[in-house]
Amino acid sequence: MSLVAEFTVDHTAYLDAEGKQVQPLPAALDDQGVLVELLKQMLLARCFDTKAIELQRTGQLGTYASCLGQEAVGVGVGHAMRTEDVLLPAFREHALQLARGVHMTELFLYWGGDERGSDFAVPRQDFPVSITVGGHAPHAAGVALAFKLRGEPRVAVCMFGDGATSKGDVYEAMNLAGVWQLPVVFVVSNNQWAISTPRAEQSAAATLAQKAIAAGFRGEQVDGNDVIAVAHVVGEAMAHARNGKGPRLVECLTYRLGDHTTVDDAARYRSDEEVSRAWHEEPLRRLRSFLTGSGAWGQETEDDWLQRCSDEVNQAVDDYLNLPARAPETLFDCLFETLPEGLVAQQQVVMTGGADDG
Amino acid sequence: MAEHNLLEAVNLALKRAMAEDPRVLVLGEDVGVDGGVFRATDGLLQAYGGNRVFDTPLAETVIAGVAIGLAAQAFRPVAEIQFMGFIYPAIDQLVNHASRLRNRTRGRLSCPMVLRAPYGGGIHAPEHHSESTEAMLAHVPGLRVVIPSSPRRAYGLLLAAIRDPDPVVFLEPKRIYRTFKETLADDGEAWPLDQAEILRPGSDVTLIGWGAMIRECLTAAEQLAADGIEAEVVDVATLAPLDTETILESVQRTGRVVIVHEAAGNAGYGAEIAARIADQGLYDLEAPVRRVTGYDTVMPLPRLEHLYMPNVTRIIDAAQDCLAPA
Ligand SMILES: Cc1ncc(C[n+]2csc(CCOP(=O)(O)OP(=O)(O)O)c2C)c(N)n1
Ligand SMILES: [Mg+2]
Repeated sequence: MSLVAEFTVDHTAYLDAEGKQVQPLPAALDDQGVLVELLKQMLLARCFDTKAIELQRTGQLGTYASCLGQEAVGVGVGHAMRTEDVLLPAFREHALQLARGVHMTELFLYWGGDERGSDFAVPRQDFPVSITVGGHAPHAAGVALAFKLRGEPRVAVCMFGDGATSKGDVYEAMNLAGVWQLPVVFVVSNNQWAISTPRAEQSAAATLAQKAIAAGFRGEQVDGNDVIAVAHVVGEAMAHARNGKGPRLVECLTYRLGDHTTVDDAARYRSDEEVSRAWHEEPLRRLRSFLTGSGAWGQETEDDWLQRCSDEVNQAVDDYLNLPARAPETLFDCLFETLPEGLVAQQQVVMTGGADDG
Repeated sequence: MAEHNLLEAVNLALKRAMAEDPRVLVLGEDVGVDGGVFRATDGLLQAYGGNRVFDTPLAETVIAGVAIGLAAQAFRPVAEIQFMGFIYPAIDQLVNHASRLRNRTRGRLSCPMVLRAPYGGGIHAPEHHSESTEAMLAHVPGLRVVIPSSPRRAYGLLLAAIRDPDPVVFLEPKRIYRTFKETLADDGEAWPLDQAEILRPGSDVTLIGWGAMIRECLTAAEQLAADGIEAEVVDVATLAPLDTETILESVQRTGRVVIVHEAAGNAGYGAEIAARIADQGLYDLEAPVRRVTGYDTVMPLPRLEHLYMPNVTRIIDAAQDCLAPA
């Protein structure tokens, strides 16, 4: 017998749950100003999330998937991306979409049940969220192939959950990206749950990162509640992809602190003790504590910032709630570039109010 | 002008499209070095190289999905599914993404892609190699489903499909890939999408079909003519969106309709056509609408295939049934 292949999976963390530094920070992130910025973004995302749930509870938003507890993944990946890169998000990546420049009003609009919310003013080439779990992974390979063919130094970033890693389309996309050495980075937001299915029942693999190894490229883990680790390791993966060296996968270990969505009740399938333990690990507390320790952050700064977040969120809510409704005929106008003749009559029915039961 | 069969016409259209537009890419299983299992993509890799023609891993979902990503990035991918029987993993991508990307983003992103697949029976192939499930695709809003019935139409319709700004499923009737030739100019001229075509005028009965069934309909029409029955033959060509107008006009002229397709009759596309005629052309009808289709069984292996496939005799019987005095 001879050994033909052997693999390892690295795990990276810089801050522990208490905000204590466990190893020297990567140079680019060893900068209080940058870290304060990341903390601010995480606080903003949480503020948005809280408001979104509140809107849903008061009947002003549709079903919403909270990103509570996963802010470091979104903000870290956002930090690693360049404007010209393209994001293909799952449905829980509000923190990342905000970091990309998607406007809060657009996010409210989308979760409020209006396609206009996916017509981002910026970034124009980012994909809308994929409600089909993992269905967007093949698109990421396509976007990355487009970059490669045009010789552009851009990277496609594909976000999905632990549940998605069980799907064939995700593996097909990773496999093809490996064969063609595409500039794409797959990021797993492993929040330990896929609705009621725990991570252990999703895969017998010791890590989800190692699935990349089967597809022929490096996969690694980071502490997904440590924004520094996420930003750094995803940043390295992106540099690798950008330099024409092929895909990477980063598995971010985090936790979904909220229900799956606003129509879910997580108490049916997981214990309060587990959730309490996870609160201890959450991403904001550790970075806040780290930056407070160094004097770069404090209660007063936080209060000021939270006030600004709240102002911004409230303004976005106003804009969202006051947006004029879509004209009925727009039900048809983006089905094809030009509406086929046979559909004009149906459009007329809607325009004349014939089909409105509301 | 040279004569070409349908397969060569597909090949010529692909070459023409690649020559005129550098955004056109071809991808699929074995489409490169091998030129496709039917040779539809023969010579493309040699002519346009590995940055335009891609042999993919064996994975239908990602073939469709990668095309969507490319299309959203302004390429014009033409992806091949080797046989329609293997299209189902790709249907997830078509139904959930290709057909919706424009609407989902209010036109910010769009999906100008073509998914080609050989379809239909009559070539004595193994299981899963003879299916005709076009109705599943025609049911999907936002998707065009186009089926040529002759070399010239294959050439023109495929060019139109590739130039179209929205996703098109292009189903190639493999039974007539090589059975007959037509003179073909290879002049880059497209055939109009969304238009049914009257291939033979007649005043007694309308035979409606697509793909390989058009040959059967035309032969049936000839034989009916010998009995003094003038059958009009309508080639639907674009199943979705359907050109209802041309069909209704024909029904106005003839008052009698036979719809022919290989797929099972139950919830087949003939049902949609019959329903539209009932909706908008009922008072033009002088007899019930007849459908000549595959049976509501699994497509049989080759030995019983002849029982399953609609044929000239069944079409003539149905036409005569329409015309028989009540
Ligand atoms: C293909 C598909 N199957 C099922 C669902 C229903 N569903 C929505 S989210 C979800 C769990 C997803 O888990 P994961 O990928 O871990 O992402 P998370 O929700 O934890 O962010 C399921 C089963 C879906 N949207 N898409
Ligand atoms: Mg999960």
